[in-house]
Amino acid sequence: MSSNHHGCECQTLSCRIEQETGVKITDCYQCGKCSAGCPLAIEMDYPPSQLLRMLQIGTPALEEKVLKSMTIWLCLTCETCIARCPQEVDLPKVMDFLRHESLKRGFENPKAKDIIKFHKAFLDSIQMTGRLWEMGLVVDYKVRSVPKHMMQDVHLTPWMVSKGKLHIVPEQVKDTDQMGRIFSKTLKKKKEEPR
Amino acid sequence: MKIGFYPGCSLTGSSREYSESLIALAEAVGIELQEIPDWNCCGATAAHNMDHELALALPARILASAEAAGLEEVVVPCAACYSRLFVTQHELNEDEKLKKRVSEIIERELKGTSKIINVLELLQRIPEEKWKSAITHPFTHSVACYYGCLLVRPHKILKFDRPEDPQSMDQLMRKIGANPVEWPFKIECCGAGFSVSRTETVSRLSGKIIEDAVDRGAKAIIVACPMCHSNLDMRRGNIEEYVDKKLDIPVMYITQAVGMAMGIPREKLGLHRHKVPVKLPVEKPKAVAQAR
Repeated sequence: MSSNHHGCECQTLSCRIEQETGVKITDCYQCGKCSAGCPLAIEMDYPPSQLLRMLQIGTPALEEKVLKSMTIWLCLTCETCIARCPQEVDLPKVMDFLRHESLKRGFENPKAKDIIKFHKAFLDSIQMTGRLWEMGLVVDYKVRSVPKHMMQDVHLTPWMVSKGKLHIVPEQVKDTDQMGRIFSKTLKKKKEEPR
Repeated sequence: MKIGFYPGCSLTGSSREYSESLIALAEAVGIELQEIPDWNCCGATAAHNMDHELALALPARILASAEAAGLEEVVVPCAACYSRLFVTQHELNEDEKLKKRVSEIIERELKGTSKIINVLELLQRIPEEKWKSAITHPFTHSVACYYGCLLVRPHKILKFDRPEDPQSMDQLMRKIGANPVEWPFKIECCGAGFSVSRTETVSRLSGKIIEDAVDRGAKAIIVACPMCHSNLDMRRGNIEEYVDKKLDIPVMYITQAVGMAMGIPREKLGLHRHKVPVKLPVEKPKAVAQAR
């Protein structure tokens, strides 16, 4: 792996983030604006600025806490933090990196299970048809998250059908095989994600 | 004026009234929309949460289809799709090697030359004379213009409007006779993709937005994003339960409000498809004729 401009070749998350995304974790001077504006900070285990501090210190124990945190899965990519950061630390980009790293190492926070299941159900729908089939997605997600969410929103379905808001059959792209190839060259490249 | 149109998945399903009202409005003002052939999903939140290259490949395939069809400009009404398409093209144009790699993944050439615009930018192109002649039924209500996150952020890349306290939607609403209220929730997040997997978060965030719009005297919340709409409208039952209060304020797409002011029939604007009914009247054309 190439070194960054500091000549640092260590494998801390902070250095790897700089090498792979160009975002410098060391730029953060802990003003806390990201945490003040973050709509999800109140639900996070570590607010965004604290997560950056943990990456700056960079001990293996702290890095593991970061990758196992709920914070990375609660980030909605609303981009408020980067809009207000005086140092322009691109936190949404960092969050994407951390989520991918957490998945690779199997460190996903157990409480993020539903969020990740939803993402997977969403992407499976696209892989099959190229377009999101909302009805299929909701049914698939509910089957996966049994029994917690099984009955939630059941009342919404007939209403949506009556308003013409749900396709009974999915729409799809012409070449669905090509869609499959896009997935096998990207998301499904390394290993099959366990469901 | 002919322009490429990327509907995205929501606009064919849960938010079809956004598509219906946009198409009706475009027809009324003489803008020709041409759907991008064989378009696919942009990947939305899920793709970039799970895999970087997938998150680039899905929007890239859409842009490549637009280029192949000779569409130089593309309007993307969904703010989330708009963001994914815009940010992807920006990132790939900054990195030729990555662009080549993504072109291989999608098995087609990508130049990265599309001009990507949102729905507010499309409406801004309607000539002044057209606004004057087409507004036959002024929409004279106080409204809260809700931009949400992805129309204005990340500002450094999108360079659209002001990142805090944007004005473009407010200006458009004034053109149809509405009175946009001053309020601090224009660019707050509604909870976006957590609608199904973390509904309580959506209720908390969207609840604050709706309550403040009501407190400021707005009679409707105007949006330009299907995700914002479904959270504020379709989730109203969950929100009312969360804030323990009845909230009657309707949520309308900007294309519906402008369409009403242009006298387009409510059916054609899909106003009957909302959870919270839109009961707002428009002024009778006669009164307008006298006023002029």
